[in-house]
Order: sequence, then structure tokens, then C-alpha cells
Amino acid sequence: MKRFGDLIAVDRIAFRVREGEVFGFLGPNGAGKTTTMKMIQCISPKSGGTLEVFGMDVDTRQREIKSRLGVVPQENNLDPDFSAYRNLLVYARYFGIPRREAERRADELLAFMQLDEKRDVLIDKLSGGMKRRLIIARALVNEPELLILDEPTIGLDPQARHLIWEKLRSLRAEGNTLVLTTHYLDEAERLCDRLVIMDHGKILVEGTPADLIREHAGSDVVEVERTQKAVSRLEELGVNYDLAGDVIQVFTDRPNDVARDLLEACRHEAAVTVRPATLEDVFLRLTGRSLRE
Amino acid sequence: MIDITARVQSVWRRNWDAFLRTYRVNFIPPFIEPVLYLLALGFGLGTYIEAVDGIPYPVFIAPALVSISVMYSAFFECTYSSFVRMYYQKTFDAIIATPVGIDEVIAGEMLWGATRGMIYAALMLPVLLLFNVVAMPSSLLLIPFAFLAGLLFAGIAMCFTAITPSIDALNYPSFLFITPMFLFSGTFFPLDLLPEPIQYFALAALPLTHVVGFNRAITLATFSPVNLLNLAWIAAATVIFFVLAIRLMRRRLVV
Ligand SMILES: Nc1ncnc2c1ncn2[C@@H]1O[C@H](COP(=O)(O)OP(=O)(O)OP(=O)(O)O)[C@@H](O)[C@H]1O
Ligand SMILES: [Mg+2]
Repeated sequence: MKRFGDLIAVDRIAFRVREGEVFGFLGPNGAGKTTTMKMIQCISPKSGGTLEVFGMDVDTRQREIKSRLGVVPQENNLDPDFSAYRNLLVYARYFGIPRREAERRADELLAFMQLDEKRDVLIDKLSGGMKRRLIIARALVNEPELLILDEPTIGLDPQARHLIWEKLRSLRAEGNTLVLTTHYLDEAERLCDRLVIMDHGKILVEGTPADLIREHAGSDVVEVERTQKAVSRLEELGVNYDLAGDVIQVFTDRPNDVARDLLEACRHEAAVTVRPATLEDVFLRLTGRSLRE
Repeated sequence: MIDITARVQSVWRRNWDAFLRTYRVNFIPPFIEPVLYLLALGFGLGTYIEAVDGIPYPVFIAPALVSISVMYSAFFECTYSSFVRMYYQKTFDAIIATPVGIDEVIAGEMLWGATRGMIYAALMLPVLLLFNVVAMPSSLLLIPFAFLAGLLFAGIAMCFTAITPSIDALNYPSFLFITPMFLFSGTFFPLDLLPEPIQYFALAALPLTHVVGFNRAITLATFSPVNLLNLAWIAAATVIFFVLAIRLMRRRLVV
């Protein structure tokens, strides 16, 4: 639990991350994801409850925990006074890694993140995607057992995101444990073994992406333009539907029947589409469609 | 309690590395500054003054020049520069995600501010020797003493940095505290020319008074019991501000 004055940013949540899995935190802006990550990283003291990392209490054994964690913060905080390579060396020094070893790992990590060419470039001269890759490389410099990534692909183009996903998957394949937050639901669906969806500081649901979709959205979604006819037909059938702007969504396990009914009702005047349900549908259903400030 | 381990050196080293990267800009002021002051004040104005308490004017102001330079370099390092690292670059946030704790980050910053003061004193010394305005070998003591004085100003600076709402607000301590000190700490004229209440105020509340007093004893090679008082005042204030700065910074950054 975490309080900022009167605001309860994280409200009595409970979760357990298993070794070797990728665990995701999803939620709208202000849900409390970053606050939760910071408590795990021992940089923001919790206001109550218990939190253990590697079986150690976050209040009393911060240094031990932090030495075994890799952290990718939401906000970029690479050191602008240094080049990409020096950033890794300087960061390694905070962990007390000897110079030789640090140099070896820095070279290796720059290669791993495909940043060799940018080795001697100052941070300001890197693109957003390169910075993000470098920050991931930096998080790996102490060979962490647990990697915490707060929106690892924020603001990146598809190429950069795919590269990062590939790297994260290869880290997982090596047996690393990853905890990540994201707003990109396709990212969560691809990467996470299990995830939670948070809102207003609380965990709404927990499970594997597939289970969550099955439980909260059904197998498919039928979408049709919002017309009076379509609505009355659905009312007649007694089918549950959601309104999303000017589109009607029907979450169902029998998509073909519903689609046929709707096509008949609208006399083929409106387009009806059927698509598999995604995590995004679950997310929007659970957290609502209104904008968060 | 304050939690500082040997890891503090990694913070210090970060600033040292950054300093070396831009060494050309960093190494020039300590050479130029004393030359300008000595020429303008010492030998320009000094021709009218001749001697202060029987000491040639350039010799009188030489220790003040070192003291002021140490004050400026340590103070500005731990106000504007530290604020930039803390607030804009988020360097502190990056470091505390490693086994280095917040206390060590702040201590490392202050030790670095002190080091910067010491570097400046060390670079000024040859210039002052060239003008033949400081005694040797006692003046070698300027260098280690600059570290202590630098740590004092770094501590005071860090307290301001911890409570300032913005970088602009740091102008207040610079104008209201540092500038008066520059003038009224027995720097360019002896303290006893001032009205008595101001003299006491300077001795009680202006750290630079004690630093100039001690540095003057060093460059003239004339030590007296008063200098022990200077030293005690500086040592006590350094400890107080060092600890206070860490506490204030914790309050600001650990949320
Ligand atoms: N240092 C702070 N002081 C006061 N309130 C804070 C602080 N940090 C976060 N909050 C508040 O706590 C709540 C949760 O914020 P948090 O950053 O954890 O959200 P988030 O889920 O990471 O959101 P986003 O997706 O936008 O990154 C928000 O209401 C935020 O305003
Ligand atoms: Mg966040």
C-alpha cells in the first residue's frame, strides 16, 4: 500500500511473481503501476503492508535487493554527461563491478542491444529508441536475477518495439524473471505469462492473457455500426452488448450466429465485422472508456 | 542515522569523470581569476592603499582570493550543478536504483564540491607564487584546507538545493548570502574597520570570515590562537551542514 498525503496510490494489492516468468502490470494512467514498481525497487518506501523481494523485506535489506535487480525506469535517466559506453561503465561502478569486468560486460551489452555503432555517442545524440535500448542494456550490467521494466517500449516505432520484444524474450529464455508495465496491450499479450490489470490503485484481475480474454471477453467480438435497428435486434435477442463510441460491440462465443442476426436486422446496410477478442477488449471493459487525467 | 559506505566514491568518481571530460573549461578560471583580481585590486587600487596593517595590499588580499574562489566553486557546484543533476538529468534517481543509497549520493556530491574547491586552490597557488604574494612552504596548507572549507560551503549549498522549489530560486542565496560574504568577511579590507555589531555578526554568521582568517594566517605564515577558533567554527559548522543537507535531501527525494 502507498499513500501520498490523502491520495492512496496503491491500495492493498497482493501479487506473487514466480521465478522465470514474465509478469505484467497493466492499467490506465495513474493506476499506480509506477508506484508499485518503485516500491519493489526499494526507492519508494511503502506506507503499509508487507513486500518481499527474493524473500527479503524491502524496508530492511534494500542494498541486497537492489544489487540483484535490474531497473528500466519509465522516465529516461541516462547520464547526459557521458557516451553510451561510459554510461554503462559508470553505472557498473555503482554496483562495485571491477573495471575490467565492467568493460567486458559493456561491450557485450552494446552488441546485444545492437548499439555498437553508437558506443562513443553522447546520450543527447541518440534517438528515443536507442536510449530505450541503452537503458535496458544498463539494467543488465549487474546480471540481475529480476528485471523490472516500467513501460520499456514507450514512444517507440514498430521496428524498435519488435527488437526490444525479441531481446526480452531471449532474456526470458535464459531463465530471467521479468516484471513489466505497459500500455500496449499487444505487447502484454505477446510477452507476459501472467498479468494483472490495475485501476485506481487496486488489482482488478489476474491471470494469463488467454484466460483473461476467455473469462472477460469471450472468444470473439462482433462489431457493427450503431443504428437503432441493430440495438433493437440485440435487445430482442437478449444479447449483452457494449457501446464504444459509434460502434456496438458484442462479446460472444457464438460470433457467427450473432453476426448473421445483425446482418439480417440491418438488411445488409451496415458493415458487420467479426474478430477474435483481444486483451484490449478486456482492458477497456474492465477499466471503462473514459479518459484519465 | 546516516548510512554512508565506501560506495560514496562511485558518486564522487562520476562527477570527477564528467569534470575531466570538460577539463578545458574547468581549468581556465582558476588561472585567470587571481591574475585579474591581483592586477585590478592588488596593483591598481593597491597603489593608493600601499599597506593594510603593515602588509602590502596584494599580499593582504591574496588569501581572500583563494577563499572566495573555494567558496564560489564549492557553492555553485552544489547548488546549480547539483540541482541540474538532481532535477533535470535525474541522475540521483538513476543512482539510487543501484546499491548506492541516497545518503551516499548526497555525501558524494558534497565531497565532490569540496574537491572542486581544493582543485581551484591548488591551481591558484602557482599564480600567487608567481606574483610573490604568499609565503612558502606554509602556503601549501592552502590546498588541504580548501577541502575542509569547500566541504563547508558544499554543505550549506546542498541545504539550499534541498529546499529550493526551482533553479531560479537558487539566485536568492547567491545574492543575499554569498555576495555580502564576498564583501564583508575581511576580504578586501580588515574586519575591524566595520562597526562593532557587524564585526560580531560576521564572526558569528559568515563562514567566509573564518575561512579568510585562517587562509591569511597560512599565506602570511603567522598563526595565532584566534586561528584555532576559526578552525573550530569551520569544523563544527561543516559537520552540522553536512548532516542537515542529507536529512533535507532525504525528505525531498524519498517519497
Ligand atoms: N511523488 C508523488 N507525489 C504525489 N503523488 C504521486 C507521486 N507519484 C505518483 N503519485 C500519484 O499516484 C498515482 C499513481 O501514479 P503512478 O505513477 O504509479 O501511475 P502509473 O500507473 O504508473 O501511471 P502511468 O501509466 O501514467 O505511468 C497518481 O494519481 C499519481 O498522481
Ligand atoms: Mg507509470
